[in-house]
Amino acid sequence: MSFIDLSKNEVQCKIVYYGPGRGGKTTNLLYLHQAMTEAVRGKMVTIDTKGDRTLFFDFLPLALGKIQGLSIKIQLYTVPGQVMYNATRKLVLKGVDGIVFVADSLKVQKEKNVESLENLRQNLAEDNLDIKEVPLVLQFNKRDLGGSNIPILTVEEMEEDMNSELQVPWFSGSALKGDGVFETLREISKRTVKYVSRKLLSR
Amino acid sequence: MDLVLSKEAIDNIINVLDEDLLRGGADCVLLVDRSGNLIVNRGDPANLDVVALAALSAANFGATAEIAKLIGEDDFALLFHKGKNENIHFTKVGKGFILITLFGKEVSLGLIRLNTAKVTETLIPILGGEQ
Ligand SMILES: Nc1nc2c(ncn2[C@@H]2O[C@H](COP(=O)(O)OP(=O)(O)O)[C@@H](O)[C@H]2O)c(=O)[nH]1
Ligand SMILES: [Mg+2]
Repeated sequence: MSFIDLSKNEVQCKIVYYGPGRGGKTTNLLYLHQAMTEAVRGKMVTIDTKGDRTLFFDFLPLALGKIQGLSIKIQLYTVPGQVMYNATRKLVLKGVDGIVFVADSLKVQKEKNVESLENLRQNLAEDNLDIKEVPLVLQFNKRDLGGSNIPILTVEEMEEDMNSELQVPWFSGSALKGDGVFETLREISKRTVKYVSRKLLSR
Repeated sequence: MDLVLSKEAIDNIINVLDEDLLRGGADCVLLVDRSGNLIVNRGDPANLDVVALAALSAANFGATAEIAKLIGEDDFALLFHKGKNENIHFTKVGKGFILITLFGKEVSLGLIRLNTAKVTETLIPILGGEQ
């Protein structure tokens, strides 16, 4: 849930990077962390990473400047993607204001992407949130593998698998190289702030 | 769901935290919501990353609430972690908030408990009631 502090004219929102395990959620945050100045970002916190698996979450706070006199503070979180960690995912989703779904372009992950998106829909529904109402953008990650000998999905296929019903903005990306990472963040931030302010106006 | 606090509400919260907890010996007090937003922090947080503390505390509280459910409880009303020099005490404030109090070894846990209980009662109406 967002929090607006009128004594500081500041809004805080929570954006969660969701998606199948090893799709590149943590890599998105790592890229943002190293590409942003300390004036913009706070300390990145990673909990209990065994190997390179996120067991609980990663956390990165950002100060994104002002919109109409209101300072925008955004907290980015990632969830663990592995199926068995659903309790943790629900915890991290608590009070979410916007979601980036990081889908894996590897052909072998085709089903995992769809399963994870369905899992997101269910977890939101349990919290009385409709996936069609919460700000959401898709990122088709690992596009840098196109042209390598690793089989990858086409973006058309990924759109059809994940976005035919949702019809949300999507970005091709390579979190490893930083392609599309800022574009994704910019779009979800914009949508989230708009969503939060619309909800507030209708109070 | 979303929370909007006026300057007066924030000032009220600050007063309560300062009067009842900082003057009672706490080093630092934070009020956070259960999604991890930092609402107010008071005291001397030098070298303390309060934003990370807020996020981690909300997660910790959430994880503990799941443990509570496993043993047939709804939730735990408070948590306490004891360090060599610094202790940390978490109290549930209504359903949506957590009060975090850091205090040193010279302050008694009993006093902190008493004061946080009192503060909690005062904060609930400011934060919009029990929900
Ligand atoms: N080639 C390529 N590898 C990536 C990309 N993003 C992440 N990876 C790799 O995929 C693995 C899993 O990434 P990680 O961010 O930990 O995934 P998470 O489980 O979603 O947090 C790591 O070895 C990353 O280096 C990408 O854009 N391209
Ligand atoms: Mg991860």
